[in-house]
Amino acid sequence: MIRHCAWVLHTLLSHWRRHPLQAACLLVGLWLATALWTGVQALNSQARNSYDRAAELFAGGAQTVLLAPGGQAFAQDHFVTLRRAGWPVSPMLRGTVELAGAADTRRLQLTGIEPLTLPAGGAVEAEVQDQTSLQAFMLSPGLTWIAADTLAEFGLEVGATPTLVDGKQLPPLHVVPGLPPGMLLVDISQAQRLLDQPGMLSQLLVEPAFAADLPPLPDNVPLVWQEGGEADLARLTDSFHLNLTALGLLAFVVGLFIVHAAAGLAMEQRRGLLQTLRACGVSLKTLLAVLLLELLVLALLGGSLGVLSGFALAALLMGDIAASLRGLYGAQVAGQLALDASWWLTGLGMSLLGTLIAGGSSVLAAMRLPVLAWARPQAWREAQSRAIRLQSLLGVTLLALAGALVVWGDSLLSGFALLASLLLGAALLLPLCLQTVLRLAQRRPAGPIRQWFWADSQQQVSGLGIALMALLLALSANIGVGSMTEGFRQTFIGWLDQRLSADIYVRPQDAAQAEAINHWLAQRPEVSAQLPTWELEIRVEGGPTQLSGVIDHPLYAQTWPLLEAISDPWPPLSAGEGALVSEQLAFRLKLSLGDMLTLDTPAGPWPLKILGRYADYGNPKGQLLVSAAGLQQRWPDQPVSGIGILASQQNAPQLASALRNVFGLGDSRVIDQAALKAYSQTIFEQTFAATAALNTLTLAVAAVALFTSLLGLADSRLSQLAPLWAMGLRPAQLAALSLAQMLMLAAFTCLLAIPLGLVLAWCLVEVVNVQAFGWRLPWHWFPRQWLTLVLLALLAVLLASIGPAWRILRTGPTRLLRSFAHDA
Amino acid sequence: MMLRRLVTLSFTLLLGCDSTEAPVPAGFAGLGSEAQGFSTVTRGQPLVFPDDFGAHPDYRIEWWYVTANLTDESGEQWGAQWTLFRQAMAPQNSSEAEAGWQSAQVWLGHAALTRAEGHQHADRLARGGIGQAGVHTQPFRAWIDDWSLGSDAAQQRRPLQLSPLQVSATGKGFRYDLRLRSDAPLVLHGDRGFSQKSTRGQASWYYSQPFFQVDGQVQWQGETRRVSGKAWLDREWSSQPLAADQQGWDWFSLHLQDGSKLMLFRLRSNDNSHFYSGTWITPAGVAEPLDASAIRMTPLAQSKVAGRTLPTQWRLQIAHKNFDVTAQALNPNAWMGTGIPYWEGPVNIAGSHTGVGYLEMTGY
Repeated sequence: MIRHCAWVLHTLLSHWRRHPLQAACLLVGLWLATALWTGVQALNSQARNSYDRAAELFAGGAQTVLLAPGGQAFAQDHFVTLRRAGWPVSPMLRGTVELAGAADTRRLQLTGIEPLTLPAGGAVEAEVQDQTSLQAFMLSPGLTWIAADTLAEFGLEVGATPTLVDGKQLPPLHVVPGLPPGMLLVDISQAQRLLDQPGMLSQLLVEPAFAADLPPLPDNVPLVWQEGGEADLARLTDSFHLNLTALGLLAFVVGLFIVHAAAGLAMEQRRGLLQTLRACGVSLKTLLAVLLLELLVLALLGGSLGVLSGFALAALLMGDIAASLRGLYGAQVAGQLALDASWWLTGLGMSLLGTLIAGGSSVLAAMRLPVLAWARPQAWREAQSRAIRLQSLLGVTLLALAGALVVWGDSLLSGFALLASLLLGAALLLPLCLQTVLRLAQRRPAGPIRQWFWADSQQQVSGLGIALMALLLALSANIGVGSMTEGFRQTFIGWLDQRLSADIYVRPQDAAQAEAINHWLAQRPEVSAQLPTWELEIRVEGGPTQLSGVIDHPLYAQTWPLLEAISDPWPPLSAGEGALVSEQLAFRLKLSLGDMLTLDTPAGPWPLKILGRYADYGNPKGQLLVSAAGLQQRWPDQPVSGIGILASQQNAPQLASALRNVFGLGDSRVIDQAALKAYSQTIFEQTFAATAALNTLTLAVAAVALFTSLLGLADSRLSQLAPLWAMGLRPAQLAALSLAQMLMLAAFTCLLAIPLGLVLAWCLVEVVNVQAFGWRLPWHWFPRQWLTLVLLALLAVLLASIGPAWRILRTGPTRLLRSFAHDA
Repeated sequence: MMLRRLVTLSFTLLLGCDSTEAPVPAGFAGLGSEAQGFSTVTRGQPLVFPDDFGAHPDYRIEWWYVTANLTDESGEQWGAQWTLFRQAMAPQNSSEAEAGWQSAQVWLGHAALTRAEGHQHADRLARGGIGQAGVHTQPFRAWIDDWSLGSDAAQQRRPLQLSPLQVSATGKGFRYDLRLRSDAPLVLHGDRGFSQKSTRGQASWYYSQPFFQVDGQVQWQGETRRVSGKAWLDREWSSQPLAADQQGWDWFSLHLQDGSKLMLFRLRSNDNSHFYSGTWITPAGVAEPLDASAIRMTPLAQSKVAGRTLPTQWRLQIAHKNFDVTAQALNPNAWMGTGIPYWEGPVNIAGSHTGVGYLEMTGY
């Protein structure tokens, strides 16, 4: 039996030996599809792993914690009070530190814990249980627990005691597996020393079982519950990763088109072979088993290649992704990628699934194949036009679904469902559209060759349909995403120009330094104004929100980019009666002008009237702009977070370097407007670098799909072109006709891709962006971009068609004659 | 989970910080390891009250220990245990030990409630220096989290006596609130509190208040019972109470029917040359240290508890006191599955004398 199967397999495989290019195309399709999918998954899972490490650092995953109402530090007496009331709480103090003299000026998160009361479980459990490690951690000088990847990224060494910018020394470094990247974990006593917060805590961890039903706090403990604070990061970055996943899936689908084209073609060409095998007594069961085995082998081969290259792709993009996640969300993602066994499994699984979807139809066709009937092209064409009708019906249904989603969808997921049904629906309708256009063209009176040209093109649509769909998808996705990105870029840069109105921005290290800087600046003649801001993070209706206090200065009224506002919003803001809200916060809380919003503050509730809405692109958190006086009144200990300095343009660089020298501030603490803009734009570019790369790859995949299809058709083309040759057309004319036909079909597809791309861009800007980030971008048109893309697509089609056309050109009369003999 | 952490923590603390030394057998829970840098227990130094009610951070280990033999209104017997351990990761003076998170003091609380049909226990762990756990002397108060043993200033009429005291603890499935009262003086064991623990000089400071009358209530799975009975308080501190080859101990505190009290222990050595000691206390509170040769402690029946075999029935003899009794555990399963696991539970005695008491067995 096995021997029998082996012979059948051998016979079937002989086809690939005779058509190595076809085999290559099939593998390339699988390879690209799996690679892009695996790459995106690798990027996402790397990021998720980093978030999980942060979220699961302590027991209970998404931790429920106790905080001061305004999020400020509080006295550790509250911890003692709660413990003595029997509450299983554990103290924690968090802050950021900057290493002195490090090439990378990134700040590290410093977290102080108390290991004895720490709820059991989590990443540090093993360390806490290790006797020597625990004692060394708790007793002075203590230890700094750090993840291996953070250690490597910052070029630090185990046992070293790095110095911070304020001169303090970290306890000796000690690697602990499973810590989140960018985090330093120290004993609570060390954290209070390093962060200059003696006797203070920033939150209390609560034993998960106890926290489950949020018991009311004793009256003398002015803290509040906060649920799942550590899950914020995952929630904030969800949309970013969903975007990546959608792109990966798109690339995968486009890759599958190649596989489908190649597998379908191979089936078509092996029809005779299969019939012969059946006639020779090979059972249908055996044949199917062997065909499936063949697919399996191909899937494993292509899949393995795909996983490896996907990994390489991810490693290539990881730096950009990590940088943009850090820039956008403050999320620490380890920059070093490790090939995981689960990626192999999911990659191969996807490849297998994809192969079955793409190649399954050809196996099904083999199942229905009658043993003795010959291939009947006419019947096949009829079946094909039935298929087109069915496809079109499905396409219309999907478009209707898309319409329904525009009207009723209200989540990010429905936004992506909208994109998917729109794209697939349009792709499925493509053959019908092309058929209709060609039929209309055929009606125009013309010579016989033209007649043939249009009629034959219609037949071509059946063979090239799938490849053209791939082209349509890739092109419209490129136009849509490109329009969105470019629109975003223009809006963002314009907004940045307005928003960054000060010439120099300074971030003092502490309150005392802020005071000193203030005095120093007041004596500088070139400084025309100082704009200090007070910033802190609070929670508004459960979501992390930045509260930013600004002083009363005419510059704000002149430059702050408002989307809408009541008339003259600044006086009530300065009076502490109202706030301006960022667009995304207004979207999340469904706030309109004139609504009231009440904040929990250490000094009690603070009712604020919504005075206006402003754009705050690139900020995943909501933001509230309030008066500095009002903020200081309620958070009296809040130090100045930053000072904007107005100075003449030419003096700004000197002033910045003077500030750095006088106060010993690093580059990241004193930054001039130009550098800050450049920095913001870098983050922006990094964010879209991955998108752009994946997009371009998708287009490349579509070109390969087209090439594969054309290659497959080239053989059968010969028998269709032979009569024309017999009627006196030269091979060169035939080749030119074929090329023209191809370009014409591609051009029509491109023409359809532009409106589809625009609809896609609309969906991205008006639906997906709003749901994902909470901001709506103004609409921009980029005809030049579309033209470039279309030309690029046509060029790709031309390149793909040249090969087959060349073959027609080089076909000698013998072969053309022989095709008559075959037909007979 | 917490238990595992406690185990490792305790071992860490007790083994001291010098991990470069070759590991030596160090007795039960490392109590036999060297006491580098800590004060040592030396004979002849008098105990001073009320100071010695409090903590001695210059010694490595210390405990405040209450065991109570109780009876509820239906006549059912109960046992309650309340213990606060102090362990120092490094030698410190009192002000260092109270200096916030820099304190090297680690506090452990153990509590248990035992009846014939069940045994519940709980533990607590805290860092010294910030008020989560500690001991005050004036008025006396020892606490960890919401467990406490102490009195307020108004109650404590005579500052040199540990009476009256309130003791309470709560854990999964149990809680108790007891009032302890006694007019009797403290009992110093050994040589005026100097209690020898081996023939090679290991010793501890050790005194007791064995005369407490108790009333209060216990709660078992939500059901409250009024109880009354007798309680025994032990105070002991040392830096190296065991010799390196001593693996554990068997310790009895007994309330005899005639009002006498008896404390007995043996420290088991690897080579069976066990170290015996004890104190006979008359109803008037006069303490007589017992000579090792006078004490016979013989295990009679073994029980399998928590995967180990322990003697839960004993024959205890003191020749010159005509004392020959059988001590039987009220509940042989009184296992403390805490960080340092041990057996601790109420016993009943019968024979030449009758009475109740507590048995503690470690190192099995």
